[in-house]
Amino acid sequence: MEALEIARWQFGITTVYHFVMVPLTIGLGLLVAMMQTMWHRTGHEQYLRMTKFWGKLFLINFIVGVATGLVQEFQFGMAWSEYSRFVGDVFGAPLAMEALLAFFVESTFLGLWIFGWGRLPKRLHLMSLWAAVLASVFSAYFILVANSWMQHPVGVEMVDGRPVMTDAWAVFTNNTALVAFPHTLFGCLAVAGAFLLGISWYHLWRRRHDGIDAVGADGRVVVGARTGSRDAVDHAVWLRSARAGAVVAMIAFAGTGITGDLQGKLMFDQQPMKMAAAEAACHDGTGFSILSVGNLGAQSCDDITAVIEVPGVLSFLANGDFTTEVKGVNTLLPEYQEKYGTNLPDDPRYGDLAGTEIDYLPVMEVTYWGFRIMIGFGAIAAAAAAAALWVLRRGTVPESRWLMRLAVFGILAPFGANIAGWVFTEMGRQPFVVAPNPDPTGVDGVFMFTAAAVSPGVSLAELVTSLVLFTAVYAVLLVVEVRLLVTYVRGGTASAMPELAHTDDDEDPRSGRKDDGDVLAFAY
Amino acid sequence: MTEALPTVWFVLIALLWAGYLFLEGFDLGVGMLMKLMARSDTQRRVLLNTVGPVWDGNEVWLVTAVGATFAAFPLWYASLLSALYLPFMLVLLGLIFRAVAFEWRGKRDSDAWRNRWDWAIALGSFTAAAGIGAALALTTTGLPLDANGDRVGGAFAWATPPALLGAVAVVLFCLVHAAAFVALKTEGGVRRQADRLFRRLLPVAMIPFVGWALLVQADDGTVVTWSAVVLGVVAFLASYRSAATGRDGRAFAALGIGMLVLVGSIFGAAFPVVLPSTIDTAFDLTVQNASSSPYTLGLMSIVACIGLPLVLAYQAWTYWVFRRRVSEESIPAAHAVHAL
Ligand code: HDD
Ligand code: HEM
Ligand code: HEM
Repeated sequence: MEALEIARWQFGITTVYHFVMVPLTIGLGLLVAMMQTMWHRTGHEQYLRMTKFWGKLFLINFIVGVATGLVQEFQFGMAWSEYSRFVGDVFGAPLAMEALLAFFVESTFLGLWIFGWGRLPKRLHLMSLWAAVLASVFSAYFILVANSWMQHPVGVEMVDGRPVMTDAWAVFTNNTALVAFPHTLFGCLAVAGAFLLGISWYHLWRRRHDGIDAVGADGRVVVGARTGSRDAVDHAVWLRSARAGAVVAMIAFAGTGITGDLQGKLMFDQQPMKMAAAEAACHDGTGFSILSVGNLGAQSCDDITAVIEVPGVLSFLANGDFTTEVKGVNTLLPEYQEKYGTNLPDDPRYGDLAGTEIDYLPVMEVTYWGFRIMIGFGAIAAAAAAAALWVLRRGTVPESRWLMRLAVFGILAPFGANIAGWVFTEMGRQPFVVAPNPDPTGVDGVFMFTAAAVSPGVSLAELVTSLVLFTAVYAVLLVVEVRLLVTYVRGGTASAMPELAHTDDDEDPRSGRKDDGDVLAFAY
Repeated sequence: MTEALPTVWFVLIALLWAGYLFLEGFDLGVGMLMKLMARSDTQRRVLLNTVGPVWDGNEVWLVTAVGATFAAFPLWYASLLSALYLPFMLVLLGLIFRAVAFEWRGKRDSDAWRNRWDWAIALGSFTAAAGIGAALALTTTGLPLDANGDRVGGAFAWATPPALLGAVAVVLFCLVHAAAFVALKTEGGVRRQADRLFRRLLPVAMIPFVGWALLVQADDGTVVTWSAVVLGVVAFLASYRSAATGRDGRAFAALGIGMLVLVGSIFGAAFPVVLPSTIDTAFDLTVQNASSSPYTLGLMSIVACIGLPLVLAYQAWTYWVFRRRVSEESIPAAHAVHAL
């Protein structure tokens, strides 16, 4: 049964990786589109520079999202063929719609945007970006519909042992999807906010460090100017970006909190075991654990104690009051065993696991900490953003190098929160790949154990080969991407606008070129 | 009406694959030409910029073909992708390298850097074309599948002569198709080179494609599909003649039409089998036994009726916006980024 383990690692690694690029693509895309809109409206140079600079970083990252998304589209069939056969009737539809209705728009209009500078009418050019960005938001909706169906199967009927779609409306308005979608979008904005803030902070700091900007007697910034890209407009670019980033990060956190609370309530109904695992709670209770100790990984959870607990909060998360008893693992285990069996069926598709006892308990270290890291990192990023906004009221940042480093590394916090959120959601669903629904709004009896989902015909050696290759290639891509981003960040706005770097004695290195109108802008 | 839906979706998926081969065909080919034809960095950039604004949109035809297969024929999707595990892994790795190389190649002003990514584009394009060719040939000629649709015979059970034939057919098609495309989209030296390459390559290049079509006809051909093969060959001849008389546009169109007709003849002859089992014809996956429910197919049909025409419209518009020929003179100087 090692094939199952490898397939799971591969899915986890490739998907988490995809979701490192995704939130930056979605979040930053929205912000760049707003910057260009501002430029269009006001005609101020600073917005043009913002659009070009952040747009360049957006593209360097975007492409890795595309490349890794391809793997996602194929790997359900490659490594999880039994899963694909089981869910195909419902699950394939949102995936196909995502491609047809979202990816086409996204890729085509982004091509128009990249190559359309100076070639498309300005308005059309702006609309191309909006089309691409809104399509990426749309794509998130479709894929979350697919994923939510695995968390909460609705709109189907079992025919010959397989779910068959009977109500598309129910599938596409699955309450799980309707709250996961805004939650994920706010998570994406949190990433983009911190990204803007961290990088702008670095540039504001650089300007002070290089003696361009200073602080006057009243504590306010005295903006200086140099030739090339480091003029007074440059200061406005970074200050505005930093402030926008901080505000977005704060709003995003509030948004994740509100939608996350709704998700908690659904989880209480739909996946009580995930709820218990998120709390590492053995016994029924009302308190939200801040710190639990003990052997979280143990099979029996009796030696876990909540050291610090806030009474009532768990009940609030689950049901909106302070007294509802949220079921613990010890209460739930017998219920699950009664409903879904104590042992896996004696069916060849379970391989070596056929007939073995089912472990209904998700890995609690992961679910418990995953949940807390998600909320914690998000909260840290938001608090830092609030503090940054306060500091920025003077129009620049302190000279402290350490504070600058903190701002730059702070970019990682919301990424961490996003990853933790997914890992929690997906691992909390185990041992099911399609989770059954105890609650009346889902269709009961539709579920699939992860152990039955892998491709029976694919050998361990194949899976190991692909796991090693994908992981290695992804690691290389991450290193290159980060290095490229760093290079472009260091270059400032001139890295995206070569015209800003030109000084008078710059000779055109090649003769015989066409005049400017004919030369490709922004070309490869 | 509902009985016809699986057939409608079979036709749609064949169309998506044909669209994919037509569109990404030339950008995969352009990728390979980066190392096979271009002689200088400027020439390579001319090549890249002929497909720059459109290659990503072209690639989505693949994503859609695969996604639509999942939605309409989940059993086909599951069996084909898991049986061809290693080939698809290579296709994915090829597409990954190619995609990032397109975007990253010009982001640093260094010859070694560009050269590395040029290889990534060329080899990535080659691998993707070969893998997809093999997969399409195998889904029309058969794989050793058991009753559940799972591959028997180990990780390399797919490595058969038809797989090789399909791989060669698609790689060569992409190369000539790209040569015709580049001749149409550029001017100056690059155009002349592409033109010469096209005329030299076309006569040989289409042989394996025709061979694949004949292989499928030999088993299941009908009068209609046989005629399609003949039509395809005629189109190739017409393409050659047009190129010889300097009509780039016609040469490109005729070649494309020839390919589309041949793909039609192949899927037409294979119908109603979507993935034959070489072990027992009782295990064949067919349009009927591999499809989703009529409800799902109906839903997807509505979506496709709205979505596909839109896609065709705005993609055509993109080609119109970027219709201007690219030449070495229109390439700006390499862009260097300096730390402040
Ligand atoms: C919440 C958002 C989200 C989530 C959960 C996923 N993706 Fe994704 N995906 C995107 C949001 C996104 C995106 C932001 O829309 C991307 C990133 C870059 C891009 O081009 O679009 C993308 C790209 C992308 C592409 C490339 C599209 C192209 O060629 O232009 C494919 C094929 C997929 N994804 C497929 C998947 C699958 C099968 C997933 C599930 C396992 C998945 N994605 C999870
Ligand atoms: C992009 C965000 C996502 C992340 C970070 C993520 C993360 C993960 C992780 C970590 C696992 C492994 C769980 C384990 O092995 O215990 C997993 C499993 C899985 N996820 Fe997701 N997931 C994401 C989105 C999705 C979506 C959108 C879908 C479906 C459309 C999906 C479908 C699956 C499937 C089929 C598995 C099966 C493997 C398994 O359960 O082990 N995931 N995911
Ligand atoms: C007070 C704050 C938050 C609460 C109460 C909260 C709650 C939740 C809950 C209950 C889930 C699980 C849904 C399920 O499995 O059924 C979840 C998932 C998730 N969370 Fe949060 N969350 C919070 C903050 C954040 C932050 C700050 C981020 C990212 C920046 C984030 C990103 C995610 C992601 C990506 C998922 C997985 C996808 C999904 O199910 O939507 N969350 N969150």
